[in-house]
Amino acid sequence: MDFEYTDGNPDDHKSDKNESESVEENGKFLNPTPMLDELEEGPWPSFISGLKELAERTEKPMLRGVMDQLEYSYQTKMGYWKGGLVTVHGYGAGIITRYSMVKDKIPEASEFHTFRVQSSAGMVYSTKDLRKLCDIWEEHGSGLIALHGQTGDIMLQGIEEKETQECFDKMNEAGWDLGGAGAGLRTGISCVGPARCEMSCFDTLELHDRVLKNYVSDVHRPEFNYKFKFKFSGCSNDCSNAIFRSDAAVIGTWRDSIQIDKKEVKAWIDAKGMDNLVNNVITRCPTNAITLKDGELEIDNKNCVRCMHCLNVMPKALSPGKDRGISLLLGGKNVLKVGTMGGTMIVPFMKMETDEDIEEFIELMDNVIEWWDDNGFDHERLGETMERVGLKTFLDEIGVEPSVDMVEHPRQNPYFRAKY
Amino acid sequence: MSLEMNGSTYETDENGYLINLSDWSDDLAIKLAEYENINMSDKHWEIVNFLREYYEDYQIAPAVKVLTKEIAKKNNIHRKEASTYLYDLFPKGPALQACKIAGLPKPTGCV
Repeated sequence: MDFEYTDGNPDDHKSDKNESESVEENGKFLNPTPMLDELEEGPWPSFISGLKELAERTEKPMLRGVMDQLEYSYQTKMGYWKGGLVTVHGYGAGIITRYSMVKDKIPEASEFHTFRVQSSAGMVYSTKDLRKLCDIWEEHGSGLIALHGQTGDIMLQGIEEKETQECFDKMNEAGWDLGGAGAGLRTGISCVGPARCEMSCFDTLELHDRVLKNYVSDVHRPEFNYKFKFKFSGCSNDCSNAIFRSDAAVIGTWRDSIQIDKKEVKAWIDAKGMDNLVNNVITRCPTNAITLKDGELEIDNKNCVRCMHCLNVMPKALSPGKDRGISLLLGGKNVLKVGTMGGTMIVPFMKMETDEDIEEFIELMDNVIEWWDDNGFDHERLGETMERVGLKTFLDEIGVEPSVDMVEHPRQNPYFRAKY
Repeated sequence: MSLEMNGSTYETDENGYLINLSDWSDDLAIKLAEYENINMSDKHWEIVNFLREYYEDYQIAPAVKVLTKEIAKKNNIHRKEASTYLYDLFPKGPALQACKIAGLPKPTGCV
């Protein structure tokens, strides 16, 4: 099919023009992209505006080519990227390969590979480090960055194969590392945890760091049945979307009682009113575990399902208990082959304070991953393997005693949402 | 793309993988390895031969997992050590380099 524009003066937009001609023709760096321009309409921020701004500022032909190819894709209703294999020395993963299938038509974007760069625990960076990363990326790649992509990585999009090794070496020197891809351990994600959040029940940053370092070779050299993801959330608000997105969801929890600061409860009632307490806190407890007794708040902690609603609404008055640790849910995944699966509670409570606690956790995960790697089928996520063999077999194999606290299905709809 | 050796021309795809798998020979493997800056040793041959045998049996290149486990078993080492061993031999990854040298088609997947 010819590369033709659907509107505008056809003489201005010949398909086989090269870069110098186009610059001469309209005096602008970018070629006309009428269909992409439509995406800039409407009230939402547009990635097209961002791309244009970057392309015009840096005048990188690669970016112009990508926009031309996307325009062509919209016109012909076809995608024109294909995969391949590009790696750097010693690595089997981390670069997502994109070769153009229409490079004869649009040579400027013949290669547009993506670097997946691991995010830091909690996604906290110093601006100095980010500037350095941006500088290296603008030097060797397109300058286009998605922070962060769905995988939790920093996605640096647009580099040619010949630049990859040098670019990686410089990034690595500056302290960055590639993330996971393919059938291996993927880049971990953690919420900001105790660094900024009062709800956090364990050090998400520390555990993320230790676990990922332990499995570093499985990140760079994908050799599992399929992908395996760790996510760490400091509490069951689950800000890292662990439960329905990761094979191993580590969720902070407590096993004693919610702490009630009576003074702050009173201050809250004074400010917001008793009606508010009844209507927005007490009656919204999904298990009806909160009652008023002689004007004081009482919580039936045995029936608390950690929905976090009351704690979120009254953050000063209520806080997680003092005996804190983690819950481990295994087998969660998003759609593909079979539908979304929520993680199954495998370890209801585990302390996560000392080095020994972390080592114990890693040992357990070693058992899980080894077993899954030996017994799972090709392209089978942990949750699917667990479902296939049954929970009893799974627990026997990984050496965990069954307990009544292991919940396959939550007893109420977990999607409780309120206006805060 | 194509590859020339001893006056014969062998067709390859744009990434250097042989198009006709029957073109493959020991000499050609050494030539393919040269392009990857790999000097073929007995250890390299062991893996290349395993890949070819596997391909003959199953008409598909083994998953990296299968290859790693085979190497771990043969050398009586742990899976993670086997992985390091493989990447020491083929720094850009066994899937990418060993398969190319063994004359197998380019592995698919998002790695």
